[in-house]
Amino acid sequence: MKYLDEYRDGAAARQFADAIRRCVTRPWTIMEICGGQTHAIVKFGIDQLLPPQMTLVHGPGCPVCVTPLELVDAAVTLARRPEVIFCSFGDMLRVPGTDSDLLAVKAEGGDVRTVYSPLDAVKFARENPRREIVFFAVGFETTAPANALAVYHAQQEGIANFSILCSHVLVPPAIEAILSSPQNRVQGFLAAGHVCTVMGFREYEPLAQKYRIPIVVTGFEPLDILHGIYLCVRQLEEGRAEVENQYARSVSRCGNRSAQRLMEAIFQVVNRKWRGIGEIPHSGLGLRSQFREFDAARRFELADYTVDEPAECIGGLILQGVKKPYECSAFATRCTPDHPFGAPMVSSEGACAAYYRYRRKCRVTSDEQRVTDN
Amino acid sequence: MCLAIPGEIVSVDENESFLRQGQVSFGGILKTVSLALVPEARVGQYVLIHAGVAIHIVDEVEAQKVFECLRELGELEASERRSP
Ligand code: SF4
Repeated sequence: MKYLDEYRDGAAARQFADAIRRCVTRPWTIMEICGGQTHAIVKFGIDQLLPPQMTLVHGPGCPVCVTPLELVDAAVTLARRPEVIFCSFGDMLRVPGTDSDLLAVKAEGGDVRTVYSPLDAVKFARENPRREIVFFAVGFETTAPANALAVYHAQQEGIANFSILCSHVLVPPAIEAILSSPQNRVQGFLAAGHVCTVMGFREYEPLAQKYRIPIVVTGFEPLDILHGIYLCVRQLEEGRAEVENQYARSVSRCGNRSAQRLMEAIFQVVNRKWRGIGEIPHSGLGLRSQFREFDAARRFELADYTVDEPAECIGGLILQGVKKPYECSAFATRCTPDHPFGAPMVSSEGACAAYYRYRRKCRVTSDEQRVTDN
Repeated sequence: MCLAIPGEIVSVDENESFLRQGQVSFGGILKTVSLALVPEARVGQYVLIHAGVAIHIVDEVEAQKVFECLRELGELEASERRSP
């Protein structure tokens, strides 16, 4: 397919890897933010093409992974109600709550439906006026416009049986939380391309300045990722700390204004709890009070409570780039995609699942060696 | 979850702004998507689709940037080889 296949060329990938090798003189640690990038890096073995001084750590950019346990429990509670048709993106279905998951509720007879777009959930609401349609609105800035559009449609058409269970998260506050942590070892970022398609990259400029750290907006195909790493390493070697745009075919500095206007109309910035990390101020989006009627938590009067995460899971440290999946004592033994303890093992974009899928057989890599050497 | 795929617009229904829709071809497979957030998008252009909504018109010129960088790297390497 155009704009995809040409960015997967093996010879070109090796050319970038050579350029990176020629450029690197010292050890550097770079974090990719987005789970889609993590998946591509591990799948295509991009980290293994890099010189041994370079370490890639995987960031918190998997919305499925960071959705709080309480919210998964709320989804399970709602999906069990007989009047509810519970709609979700496919990757949320297997995320374990405290005692069940959406797939199990579906097997028990609950009406749980996988949708490709939140607009499909609005369509179900139109077609089933006697049922309550709840959409599980999770995601980063990339997904927020689609979810805002669904709420807008429902409001414009006066659809009263549609609501969303909302847990939107924002990337820049998470970057800031990682950078201001005393445990931080990240020296450069690959920013998430599609988040920036919507938001642009102006918000990253003050971060690059304040923390003196290069941030390269990067795409998702192997050549994009290698190009992004190359630009980031060049900045590090030259002592620059700027925001650069590798992914200009899909990202402009100001982003998509129509999308931003719609998001601002429907959502407001709120404090948000991230699974494994805890609450980060101003790091999420919630419905504005004018759209309160579309808030499922309110409509169904869901209790506000907190639950503890399984003690053995170090998912939070993995999401902040402090540890790698194979450093978890449960990895690939007690915790597997069939019996996940924590969300990074459930979602195909989670770092634990990516390592389980592509790295189990060759776990002793030079990369692991480096981590144990540290 | 942030996966977004480029597809070519094959038709546009001119509707009231936020209801604007169109057919997009993903390598021959057609899907109806919302074009509400790319009001200037026209038939024949490639748009990036996420969760059934077009969020960007792919910039054809910028799409070459990666390959330009590769060309420059190739030339640099060749000149380094000539003058060690
Ligand atoms: S391997 Fe499982 S238990 Fe360990 S951090 Fe990953 S998700 Fe958590």
